[in-house]
Amino acid sequence: MFAFIVRRVAQALIVMFVISIIGFGIKYSFGDPVREMVGINVSAAEREAYRDQLGLNDPILVQWVRFVKKAVHGDLGRSFFYRKPATEVILKKAPATLELVFASALLVIFLSVPIGIYAAVKPRSWLARLFMGASIVGVSIPVFLTALLLIYVFAVELHWLPSYGRGPTSLLFPGWESNFTSWKAFRHIILPSIALSSIMLPLFIRLIRAEMVEVLQTEYVKFAHAKGLNPTRVLMVHAFKNTLLPVITVGGVQLGIMIAYTILTETVFQWQGMGFMFIEAVERSDTALLVAYLVFVGVLFVIVNTVVDVIYGLVNPMVRVSGRK
Amino acid sequence: MWQKFKESYFWYSFRRDPVAVGSFIVLLILITMAVLAPVFASQNPYDGSAIDLMDAETPPMWTPDGMDAFWLGTDAQGRDIWSTILYGTRISLLIGLGAVALQSFLGIIVGLTAGYKGGRVDSFLMRVADVQLSFSSYMVAIFFGAILQAALGVARYADVAVPFLIFVIGFSEWPQYARTVRASVLAEKKKEYVEAARVIGLRPMRIMFRHILPNTLTPVLVISTVQVANAVMSEAALSFLGLGMPVNQPSLGSLIKSGFAYFMSGSWWITLFPGLVLVLLVLSINLLGDWLRDFLNPKLYKD
Repeated sequence: MFAFIVRRVAQALIVMFVISIIGFGIKYSFGDPVREMVGINVSAAEREAYRDQLGLNDPILVQWVRFVKKAVHGDLGRSFFYRKPATEVILKKAPATLELVFASALLVIFLSVPIGIYAAVKPRSWLARLFMGASIVGVSIPVFLTALLLIYVFAVELHWLPSYGRGPTSLLFPGWESNFTSWKAFRHIILPSIALSSIMLPLFIRLIRAEMVEVLQTEYVKFAHAKGLNPTRVLMVHAFKNTLLPVITVGGVQLGIMIAYTILTETVFQWQGMGFMFIEAVERSDTALLVAYLVFVGVLFVIVNTVVDVIYGLVNPMVRVSGRK
Repeated sequence: MWQKFKESYFWYSFRRDPVAVGSFIVLLILITMAVLAPVFASQNPYDGSAIDLMDAETPPMWTPDGMDAFWLGTDAQGRDIWSTILYGTRISLLIGLGAVALQSFLGIIVGLTAGYKGGRVDSFLMRVADVQLSFSSYMVAIFFGAILQAALGVARYADVAVPFLIFVIGFSEWPQYARTVRASVLAEKKKEYVEAARVIGLRPMRIMFRHILPNTLTPVLVISTVQVANAVMSEAALSFLGLGMPVNQPSLGSLIKSGFAYFMSGSWWITLFPGLVLVLLVLSINLLGDWLRDFLNPKLYKD
């Protein structure tokens, strides 16, 4: 087990190393910090002096080490648009994205489990067929189109729900503006979270159904039925518990896709989160913010993936044994 | 040949599945429309002299303000939506197919090498594939699109958009192929014909590509259909974010993006029709892929 964890962590470190190189590469090759600082009306000699002072004339390796050192201390440069440290900007935007992901994760969990189980138990009923048909249609509709349709129906035509922005958020605790504190703010999160869950939901319904169908054919479920246990109990306790393992791993791996989709959803709804900030940073060529987002998301991503892998290894011994060479 | 095809089980089971037949017909129509776009289009929407700004934002024909010349209406520049959709589908399909060609090329080579050589090469390549796969292709594509656009500036980015999109979508999805091919290579490697080929002294390259590869193509075919749909979707997503095709040479995604600004003010047709075509395209490919997978998977006799 120890060897397994070490191997996973080593892999995570290698990935972080690659991320740092990409981030540094962007920072190194685009944008001239000296010109951003002093403008264009400064003599070449003075520029050179600045470059020396900022360490821009040092060997690349030295500069890279400095970049990594600063990044580890949370300093990823200054965003020239916000005129603040990039880390600060990102941390300010993070709650919006996290709340969006949280809300749609709730939707996915509370809808996919019952629908998936139902579709597995009664595969021939018209309702199950409807759900499965709808799920393949759902997978085929891009998330931004779903978002546009939702806006058109519920905001433009029916005027039920607001179509953009976070609305009147209030402080949940210092540094965290929340949409969950009042109904007025909560209305704003409804459409974005439905749009964000529209891709994950069909995937999870299909996954849970497939796993459940497999589990229902195993001997121990048949035996539990034969013993005369309550059918609901067999379903929920005996069968469903064993479908959770693959579902959790897939769920962990989906994080990367989820991050990409938050970018799309936030752009459509002008949701003031990290994804929207990222696209704005691209449009403004705000290199520091771009690099900071890359590094931040990359690190978050690597940590979550490694933790999920290690947990999976703990739960399922087959993984760590087969990984051994 | 044709006779044999008509009597085959493939044709029989295809004909008996109305969903498969339906989606195949829809796909065929879409592809024909896209390939012959200049024939079907009522104007060349990217020829400045053909469009008239006075026609801008004409609603579809069946609405009170519609004009007969533009049956699906016009966009904010006065381009005929029907024609832009035809040209847009063409670009979307081009990028989708190109990306899949690149993916399968990379993936097959990596998968074959990993599966055939085994050992250290195998575990290294598969580790790389794992890492690449865990970063979703959307994320990779969005990041690289953003980086390149920041590096080149919007105007120059537009010139390289098509090859870049093919490259980035193709590059981020190769592990799908690598894993599939590797799995079937591992199964094929143990069979006698490979043994025989090795005994008569053929070079590994020849064994890999001439003997093993043809026997691993069935699963490749199955994932290819789904991958085309995914690539078209990725391209649409990138274009929607402004990281894909430019406005003067739009794909379906950029058409949707260009309509987005006018959507709230009631000009729904600029966004809706390209969106509908995109969904139809992806859905028909996905349904066909589903059918193909069930058909080629002998383990799965449907109840």
